[in-house]
Formats: sequence, C-alpha cells, structure tokens
Amino acid sequence: MKLLKQSLVLTLCCIAVFGFVYPLLIWGVAQVAGPNNGKGEVVEYNGRVVGFKLIGQSFTEDKYFNSRPSAVGYNAASTGGSNKGPTNPDYLSEVQARIDTFLAHNPGVAKSQIPVDIVTASGGGLDPHISPQAAYLQVKRIAKVRNLAENEVKALVDEHIDGPLLGLMGTSKVNVLKLNIALEKLAKK
Amino acid sequence: MFQEILGIIAIFLLAVVLAIPLGKYIVKVFKNEKTWSDFIAPLEGFIFRISTIDPTEPMDWKQNMKAMLVLNGVFFVWAMLLLLTQGIHPFWNPDNIAAMEPTQAFNTAVSFTTNTNLQHYSGEASASYLTQLLVFCFLQFVSAGTGIAALALLFQGLLLKQSTTLGNFYNLFLKSCTRILLPISVVIAIILLTNGMPATFKGAEQVITLQGDTVSIARGPVAPMVTIKQLGTNGGGYFGSNSTHPFENPNYLTNMVENFAIILIPIALVFAFGFYIHRPRLGYAFFCVMTLLFLLFVGISVSQEMGGNPMLAKMGIDITAGNMEGKEVRFGTAASSMWGVSTTSTSNGSVNSMHDSHMPLSGGVFILDMMINAIYGGVGVGLINFFVFVVIGVFISGLMVGRTPELLGKKIEAKEIKIAALIAILHPMLILVGTALSSHLAAGNGGEVGYGGSAQWLNNPSFHGFSEMLYEFTSSSANNGSGFEGLGDNTPFWNIACGVVMLMGRFLPIIGPLAIIGSLAAKKSVPQSAGTLQLDSYAFSAVLLSVIIIIAALSFFPALALGPLAEYFMI
Repeated sequence: MKLLKQSLVLTLCCIAVFGFVYPLLIWGVAQVAGPNNGKGEVVEYNGRVVGFKLIGQSFTEDKYFNSRPSAVGYNAASTGGSNKGPTNPDYLSEVQARIDTFLAHNPGVAKSQIPVDIVTASGGGLDPHISPQAAYLQVKRIAKVRNLAENEVKALVDEHIDGPLLGLMGTSKVNVLKLNIALEKLAKK
Repeated sequence: MFQEILGIIAIFLLAVVLAIPLGKYIVKVFKNEKTWSDFIAPLEGFIFRISTIDPTEPMDWKQNMKAMLVLNGVFFVWAMLLLLTQGIHPFWNPDNIAAMEPTQAFNTAVSFTTNTNLQHYSGEASASYLTQLLVFCFLQFVSAGTGIAALALLFQGLLLKQSTTLGNFYNLFLKSCTRILLPISVVIAIILLTNGMPATFKGAEQVITLQGDTVSIARGPVAPMVTIKQLGTNGGGYFGSNSTHPFENPNYLTNMVENFAIILIPIALVFAFGFYIHRPRLGYAFFCVMTLLFLLFVGISVSQEMGGNPMLAKMGIDITAGNMEGKEVRFGTAASSMWGVSTTSTSNGSVNSMHDSHMPLSGGVFILDMMINAIYGGVGVGLINFFVFVVIGVFISGLMVGRTPELLGKKIEAKEIKIAALIAILHPMLILVGTALSSHLAAGNGGEVGYGGSAQWLNNPSFHGFSEMLYEFTSSSANNGSGFEGLGDNTPFWNIACGVVMLMGRFLPIIGPLAIIGSLAAKKSVPQSAGTLQLDSYAFSAVLLSVIIIIAALSFFPALALGPLAEYFMI
C-alpha cells in the first residue's frame, strides 16, 4: 500500500514535469525562436495564405508543375503512404498507369527520362518536393499551356533548385508550391 | 549519390564521437558523483520528499523489480484512463477528438508504457493535444527512464561482491529522466523547432490551395514530443505517418539530427558500461561486435534501396534515384535506409520512410535487426538483452575449455544459465507463435493468405503479406513499434495479441537478467588467473558474434525464408 502511494505521487510529479512543464518550455521557446511563432511557416500569394511551406499540396493541372502522387491525396488531416510492397501486382500496374498518364500529358518526353519519384507515392503523402529532373521534364508542357518561352520557365526551375545540405550531404530537390507561385508571378508579367 | 552516402556517414560518426563523453557523464549520474547538472537536484529532492521515497535506501533485486512493476502499473492505469475519456477533457482538444475504442486504448497504453510505441491509431485523427502531452510525451520519458534505471542496476550488480542489495530503482529512474533525457531533449527540440517544426496549441488550419482545393492541415505541439520519441528509443510519432511527415521532419538537417538522436544514448550506454566497471576496453569490444552487424545491415539496406526496384526498371523509366515508393525526396534512399536500420536495431520504431515499401532484403534486414534486438538496442534494455548473449557466450566458452564459466570474476552456475536460456528463447517463441496464429487466422475459412483472404487485414498478397504479420509480432516482442503499416492492425485481435506480446517482451527480459545479477552480486569474487576467460579478447568477440547469429538468426531463418527471402527470389 505504501509502495502504491509512493508510485502514485511519483507518477503525478513526472506527469507535471515531462508532460506539462517541458512541452510548455519548448512551446515558449518556439514563440520567440520558431518560424511563425511555432505555428508552422505559411506561404502567401495575392494576400492570402495558400499553404504551408513544408506541406506539399496536390498539383494535377497541366498549367502547374505537378507534384508526386500521394496515397492520401495530399490530405493533411490523415497522412500516410501506400504501403504497397515492391512486388505487388496492383502496385506495379498503378505505376504503369502513372507512367502512361505522364507521357500523355508531356508529349516529346522519352520514357527513359521519367525519374522514379514522379510516378511513386511518398511516405507521408505530403511530400512538398520533386526532383529537379521531374521539374525540367514538365517545362515544355507548361511553356506551351501558358504561352511562355521555354527558357524562361527553365530558368525558373534553375532558380528553385535546393541543393544538398552545405553542398555536401543529401539530395537536390525543388519545392513545388514555391515554384508554382513563382510561375504564376511570371505568367502575370 | 555520393552526397547521400556522405550524409549517413556523418550521422554515424557524430553519434559515436559524442557518445563517448556522454557515456562518461552517464556513469557520473549513475554513481551520484558531482556533475554540471546538479542544479536539478533540488527538484529531484522535492519530488522524493513529497512521494515519501528515500532515494538512498539500498534495495535488493526483488524490491527493485517490485518498485519498477508497481510504478509501471500506475503509468498504465493513467494512460488507460485518459485514452478512454479524452473526448470529454475540457481543454487542449481544439479538433474535438473522441475517446479511443477500448481494445485500441489497451494496446496504446501498453505500447507506450513498455517503450514500444506501436501505434494502431493515427495521431492527427485519434489523439487530443492533452493526450499527446500528458500521456504520450510523459510516457516516452518515463518508459525510457525505466529501461535506463534497470540497466544501471545491472551495472551496479556486476561490481558488487557478496552483497544482497543492488541500488535504488527510484533514484536511478528519476535521475535518468531528469539528468540524461531532459537536458538533451531541450537542446534537440530547439534545433528542430527553429527548422520549422511546429510547437503550437492552435488547431488544424483550413487552407485553400493554389490550385483551389480546400485542405485541413493538422498541427500541434509537435517539437517537444518528436524530440523525446527519437531520444528515448520510443518512436511514438505525433502524426500517423511519423517522421515522413514534413512537420515531424522538415528537412535534411532535422533528419540527420533525429537519426543521430535515435542511436546516441544506446551507443553511449555501451561505452558507459565499460567506464562503470572500470574496464573501458570491454565497452569498446562490445561496441565493435554490435557495430560490425550494424554496418553490415546498413550496407545491405542502402545497396538495395539505392539500386531501386528492378520491376520498375523493366517498365523503362529512370530509377537512378532508387526505390522511392514510400520515401521523401528531401531525404532520398540512403538516409531512409540508415534510419531504417537505426530504428530497428535500437528498438526505436520511428520511421522516415514506409518500411512496407522497402525492397524485400531491406525489409528483411529490418526484421532480423529486431529479432536480434541487441545491436545497441533500446535505451537500457538493449544492453540487458546483450548481457543475456554474453552470459550464454561465457557458458559456451567455459564448456569448450572445460572450466567453470566466469563472468567478471563471478562463477556462472546452473541457475543463471537456466534463466538466460529461458529469456533467450522467449523472444522467438512470442514472435513465431504469434505469426503462426495470425497466419492461421488469415488463411482460415478457405481464403488464401493474401489480401483476398477472409481476414482482410493484409495490404499485400503472397510472401509480402506474410512479412507484414511477421514484422508486426517481431516489432511488438522487440518493443520496437515500427510496422509494415499496410497491415490493418486496428482490430481487436491485433490490439490484444500485440498488447500481450509487448508486455511479456518488455518485463520478462528485464526481470530475468536482474535475477541473474541479484544472484551474481551475492557471490564471492574468484581471483583472476592465467586461465580466466578474457572478455575483451578477439576470441570472445568471435564467440559472442556466433552466439548472436546462432540464437537470433537461425531460430528465425525458416520464417524469414517464407517472407522476405522468398519475395526476393521472386523478382
């Protein structure tokens, strides 16, 4: 009985310290040091919030740089991946269908140029990035749909490539939302 | 390509280099020596005073185990209570999340109490902010503290001679939380939040996207929770998709920091072992045995994932980026493999890619990693598991040379060996019996094992479907918590079966070795002689490696052959 009482009080103290004081301390630091006071960095366009910098969104129309497929349709209230195994026949035919769709929307692109990231779904379903290669392949289509010069659109992609950390570690990528906002601005000029 | 490899080398080296001073610091904390963190002492003193606990009272191994079990029992009841009532709590629930279904609440409460953090729920949809902090964040500290304290008792027992008492569990438990986990958490959480990880009590935000879709974006007090889930080898993510979610892992730098946090304390504890018993060479020797396997597994997984899926290559596309299904462009394949091996070898269980979509051999390596469950291992418990292998290794070496086996000057006798052997076969038993039972149920009623079968809980057909069930039970028994998440595991069968396996897989492998230590501490020390087995020799390291491979790998080989290996040969 004494043991139980001791454990109860010790538990309550630990809840106070680790479940209450510690998170509030971190929250307090975020108010000062976190981007947008710890509420998540938002992206604005035309005076309204169009999304969060880190959270990918669905771009399927031909006039935008398309984002990666998502197993949850970029639903940021219920995230996840496809969890399909690499040999699952349903998965393989799904990828095949994505390849066919990509080719149909991007005439002139050779199949061997299509990078794997643009036809596979990410882990969280909210990947904000595509590979530079996936962006370059869409330049021709976008230039045509929007009546822009191809080299102008390509220059836009060049500007938005986010290289490896310190140039040394990690991957190269392009933030699709930022790239598309820049594209909208370019088209308005 | 090259940059991706460089990134993972940097993570590993940074962790090893910092683990050495951390190991020394941990020893000071365990031995109640003076450290820079003594400013926390008044808080600890206050907590002990109001709980009427005397932290200096020596207790024998049974009293210590009783203290641990009762305390963990209270944690469990607290978690159950809150999960079942979270819908009616008056604050910190801006998204109006309802109470959990009872079997799911049972599974979740067990899962977080046992440091497993298997998640049959999805954080953004099924847990209020109050639950995330007062249950999950809190339990991720104290379950890690429980493991570290148990290990500290084991260290102490190895040093003692003819002593019935070991040390004080409460003292070691609270100091593990306040002196080791808390300070490092604060530093890492600040790095993460400055990189854009949210720490807010505002609810989900409705946004109309550039293309015109309306989406609701979940957020919350993410940074404090993610930090401790990485550091305490917990793995219980804030969001359902864990560290693949951009809010839970914003960029490559945070990925490096989070992966570093997974392996930091487990490696530091191995070094701390050597420092504690005044034989640093032994700590380094154990580290080398573990590292050999760790690097082998990283090598296999990285080559598989960077090599990409041959079945997609056949379709004629460019697969130089590797197997990107279930992976994030900002991390790439190498960092996903490194994380996968880190998280499965340390019983962490967080993910930054979907393990279900890894190539068969890569997924197989993850399963094998959890089957061994002692390559660095979970905080505290990993080294306790390794200790069981050491006892068996010492016994086998003793048999080979015809001497009574000795461990650090203590005779190992029938009683200790029996306990060690029982604990060593417990893990295979829990995993294989569970997998066999679920396979039987999945194949029942004439349906084949596959997602067309009657059980309907598999997301993939054939061998991969079997791997999903094998992974789930291995993860539960190893107190890992990651999953082949395609498995539809939120059913009463999986909630209860995994809950029971987690409980047994957590507490028996702590109680057994502590019983061995209790008995060793009471023994007289045998003087060293020329014939004494040198534990830090290459010969003994080789014996240890063989014991690990024979016990862990071979008892599971048939199951692995039916799952990942069969799928590999199908490609």
